[in-house]
Amino acid sequence: MPRAQLPHWEHFDHDADMGIRGIAPTLAGSFEQAALALTAVTTDPNAVRKTRTISIKCRAPDNELLFLDWINELIYQMSTQHLIFGRYEVKIEQGELTATASGETVDRERHQPAVEAKGGTFTELRVYRNEEAMWVAQCIVDV
Amino acid sequence: MNIGQLIRRGETCWEIPPTAAMRVPAVIYADEGLIRAMDPKVYEQITNVATLPGIVEAAYAMPDAHWGYGFPIGGVAAFDPDQGGVISAGGVGFDISCGVRTLHTGLTMDRLESDPHRLADELYRAIPAGVGSRGKIHLNPHEMTAMLTGGARWAIDRGFGEAADLERIEERGCMAGADPAQVSARARERQREEMGTLGSGNHYLEVQRVVEIYHRPVAEKFGLRTDGIVITIHCGSRGLGHQIGTEFLKEMAMAAAQYKIALPDRELACAPIRSPLGRRYLGAMRAAINCALANRQILTHLTQKAVDTVFPGVRLELLYDVSHNTCKVEHYTVNGRKKELYIHRKGATRAYGPGHPDLPEAFREVGQPVLIGGSMGTSSYVLCGTEKGANRAFSSACHGAGRAMSRHQAAKQWRGRELVDELARQGIIIRSPSLRGIAEEAPLAYKDAGAVVGAADKAGLAHKIARLEPVICIKG
Repeated sequence: MPRAQLPHWEHFDHDADMGIRGIAPTLAGSFEQAALALTAVTTDPNAVRKTRTISIKCRAPDNELLFLDWINELIYQMSTQHLIFGRYEVKIEQGELTATASGETVDRERHQPAVEAKGGTFTELRVYRNEEAMWVAQCIVDV
Repeated sequence: MNIGQLIRRGETCWEIPPTAAMRVPAVIYADEGLIRAMDPKVYEQITNVATLPGIVEAAYAMPDAHWGYGFPIGGVAAFDPDQGGVISAGGVGFDISCGVRTLHTGLTMDRLESDPHRLADELYRAIPAGVGSRGKIHLNPHEMTAMLTGGARWAIDRGFGEAADLERIEERGCMAGADPAQVSARARERQREEMGTLGSGNHYLEVQRVVEIYHRPVAEKFGLRTDGIVITIHCGSRGLGHQIGTEFLKEMAMAAAQYKIALPDRELACAPIRSPLGRRYLGAMRAAINCALANRQILTHLTQKAVDTVFPGVRLELLYDVSHNTCKVEHYTVNGRKKELYIHRKGATRAYGPGHPDLPEAFREVGQPVLIGGSMGTSSYVLCGTEKGANRAFSSACHGAGRAMSRHQAAKQWRGRELVDELARQGIIIRSPSLRGIAEEAPLAYKDAGAVVGAADKAGLAHKIARLEPVICIKG
């Protein structure tokens, strides 16, 4: 299967901050991938051990606000619990997101955390289906 | 930026006349080199700012302006509550009251250079820096509220520094009108372990050497002499400010229609100053300003302890503390009438000129110190506010070099280890928890701060007083 049709994440450029983007066949998958892109703002998601799992719920009137809530909830959890996540599982039904995020406490030696995310923004905030019918979820994160 | 879109009004002044929904012109201060290299997004964002209700005179961009969200970084705008003026969470930003303070050490380079690594190690040990770092000061709910009300005054009352410091901090260390009741439980929770922490990204503590004086009489008033050693701390309101930004940005964006505000960009999320939401944000934002002032005061105390370990008896004295991301009530004459305006500065420094009554006595004759941060391996500058600045951009100047390259590009172009080694060869000691963070913050990922302050000087926003070079940098 071409890469464009496999779930994946990427960063996109912004002068001061970082763009995060998740791409997947499903809406929930694109949220999972974008969350990996969020982790990658700070460290390599593959280097994160999954020793702790937390649950997250969000509800919003549209997909874009739901995505922003999801990203900001993750930032809040990372900030208050000093966690970094390497795996996400998301379900979205009728505007409600239920998810788990698995990871571990930040280990400064091993993770070499580059920069913390302060908050997700409305800048470049888009949730849509691309030409390959893949879901794309993206925004700029203030760092 | 396409220079053809602009009308040149002088060597360092460019105007965009009002078109479409713009209520006022937009004005960018920069020399030709900076304006040609400036991100075209600055044009789009500063013209969007000019559409907001109640904006006065013009929307301004400083010479270090670059793409932000809503407002450009380096954006300045004044709003008149009598004209339906607004307060914008996007016009202040996430890191509310992020700013800089510079401390005199009384040391000179010859004393420091005998063993600069020891001071670097002590500072790195003393200052919690980077992602995942935790402060040792945990505030109970009562103390958190006291801190949000009292700012640096609260910190000094608790033993973090000297009362004399207050005179050298904007608002004398305590922002009036803070309303801790508007600070959510989540914002407080984010701050629980972050008092006295530096943060990450472009936040730093730098030991700097004064290498060049441009204006000796003012430099003497500021206590700056060639070869003197100062310490500069750059950080803000940490998680508490970030969470307030997150919450109010969303609430204001969703409420815009209710207030009949047409937003060209959701990031310009705002509410009328005279509205319940506007008042709530002002109360929360002012509490976050106090959090930033308290945080920088605690960091100063930690710095003092580290310095004392290496140089017993050396006392740090504050030159000045300025914030970059704020909205403040100030008074200006507009069309011959004295007005109370709400001045948004996002990535910009207040730069009061000589004689301003809000300046400490020590600076009233010459004007306010304006502290311009460098980029780890490059010069920082001290400037001085001007009288003319009040009419040029509501007494505002640039705040730093401004990024010229994304983090992604920078991380591709440089390796952290190589940068640390290269800077060591130049006599600059770096301590940081993250090599990737250093690569993303590479000195050349930023604009030339010399060009930026040169343009601010020529534009009359602030005048150059001294240049500082880094000796030790603790990078978050």
